[in-house]
Amino acid sequence: MGKHYKVTSGLLGLKTDAVRAVDGVSLTVSKGETLGLVGESGCGKSTLAKCVMGLESISSGRIVFQDRDVSDWPEKALRRKMQMIFQDPYSSLNPRQKIGSIIREGLDIHSIGTRAERRARVQELLGLVGLRPEHGTRYPHEFSGGQRQRVAVARTLALDPDLIVCDEPVSALDVSVQAQILRLLKTLQTRLDLTYVFISHDLSVVSHIADRVAVMYLGRIMEIGPGADIFATPRHPYTEALLSAVLTPDPTRRTERIPLSGELPSPMNPPSGCPFHPRCPKAFERCPQERPELRETAPGVQVACWLY
Amino acid sequence: MTWFSRTTRRRALKRPSPWSRHALLAVGGFIVGLMSVGALLAPWLAPFDPNLINVDALLRAPSAEHLMGTDALGRDVFSRILFGGRVSLWVGFVAVGIATSIGLVLGLMAGYFGRLVDEIIMRGVDVMLCFPSFFLILAVIAFLEPSLTNIMVVIGLTGWMGVARLVRAETLTIRERDYVLAARAAGAGSGRIIFRHILPNALAPVLVSATLGVAGAILTESSLSFLGLGVQPPDASWGNMLLEGKEVLGIAWWLSVFPGLAILVTVLGYNLLGESLRDLLDPRLKQ
Repeated sequence: MGKHYKVTSGLLGLKTDAVRAVDGVSLTVSKGETLGLVGESGCGKSTLAKCVMGLESISSGRIVFQDRDVSDWPEKALRRKMQMIFQDPYSSLNPRQKIGSIIREGLDIHSIGTRAERRARVQELLGLVGLRPEHGTRYPHEFSGGQRQRVAVARTLALDPDLIVCDEPVSALDVSVQAQILRLLKTLQTRLDLTYVFISHDLSVVSHIADRVAVMYLGRIMEIGPGADIFATPRHPYTEALLSAVLTPDPTRRTERIPLSGELPSPMNPPSGCPFHPRCPKAFERCPQERPELRETAPGVQVACWLY
Repeated sequence: MTWFSRTTRRRALKRPSPWSRHALLAVGGFIVGLMSVGALLAPWLAPFDPNLINVDALLRAPSAEHLMGTDALGRDVFSRILFGGRVSLWVGFVAVGIATSIGLVLGLMAGYFGRLVDEIIMRGVDVMLCFPSFFLILAVIAFLEPSLTNIMVVIGLTGWMGVARLVRAETLTIRERDYVLAARAAGAGSGRIIFRHILPNALAPVLVSATLGVAGAILTESSLSFLGLGVQPPDASWGNMLLEGKEVLGIAWWLSVFPGLAILVTVLGYNLLGESLRDLLDPRLKQ
């Protein structure tokens, strides 16, 4: 699928350009697995997430959910099946709504159960994410970042979804709290048989939670494969560079850092051929001329690079 | 640590004392409260019937019996000020109520639906702002008859543009917040998003603008009455009392000074209240 934003400029808006925020991305996520989506800021991770959620329309391609194109799904039914957790727990909770009402909103919208049943469900959800029942009557500003993110998790669970898109769910939290939330997400996944699309720019977080990992650069997928495989033997030069930038607390394991020169090019005017070639340390003649497609190099691993 | 760095640090830490802000709020609140009580309880507080003509006490200077003196018809000025306050308060609240309701609805629609709706509403605002509103009010009142209801409605109908712009701007920012996205992801419709998520978060600046709007509406009503197009005699309004006082300013200063002071103090009170509410409620001004 692809997502292009139209950019109008010039007098009277006669010049039109397209920003290819997400360009020709093809992914499958199997039930019960966690797909990690990594890449630096501006590579199209969040746009991809919003397209999957139907919060942004797609410009090309299609999204198939449970063997059915999303456009064939009845809107309301689809909304119950997929939910999203946002990065910033400070802006994702309405400051003028009580926690209980925030969690209950999905149930209210879809008129599920009686009032008493909804209230009971909210209590149950609060318990499920490790909050106390009395927290339901408080306002978001009374909670810490970690607690707020627990509320956000409870809200997504209210409608009993199959797929949860987590857009950088722990990036705004302290490291100690990050681990708690990750553990919570993992426990919930096994208990409720959830499927996650987990977006992060933090590779150590992704390595913790993801079964498979897709590396994105400039709206395209560079490499995709099982998490353990990708972290152990990165194949794409961009993945190598990303991994070399991860800090390890082990002083004996000194890795050679691969510095990347230059800025992320504008997706309005992407480089010819392989989008990574201007910054790639291993680029050769073929790279600027032709765009490499994703090809399987090992079982389950696909890489878009002329080196393979 | 040197003397220099210590003073600069102290200067950096210095911020406007929260007391001054709270003091202004208290003063504004006190004035507004006092004026409101005076107006509401006028029938019980007034020592005389405000329209009672007394030919034995014409143009008396302020005394223990007539706190603010009497006018050319022997009516008690203090009683008339109290009853005039009811007019001001009533006009202020109803006119601002009308203006704020219109501004809220149009601003929310323009900000939320965007595109053509936004374009139509905001160009309407621009057109309305082109008219010098006071002359528009004057012209309309001159065509209709100058009654209290007409004044309130006309002031309300010419004062909603600021609120609409304010609410539109708030709506545009709130619309993009993640909690609105989360509500959409859960399947919330436009009505639910507007009334449950956007409106409650956009209300603080509206409250401030409404408070300041009351001051403006009171001033406008006084000006209209002063020009003879507002509240008609014999009913008292601060504006028409000033008009009557103007004729005898040389010999009876109290006829002009007390209604003038009443307008000044009331408008000041609402402005102080509005400004300090803005400081308290606007998170962008918080350190």
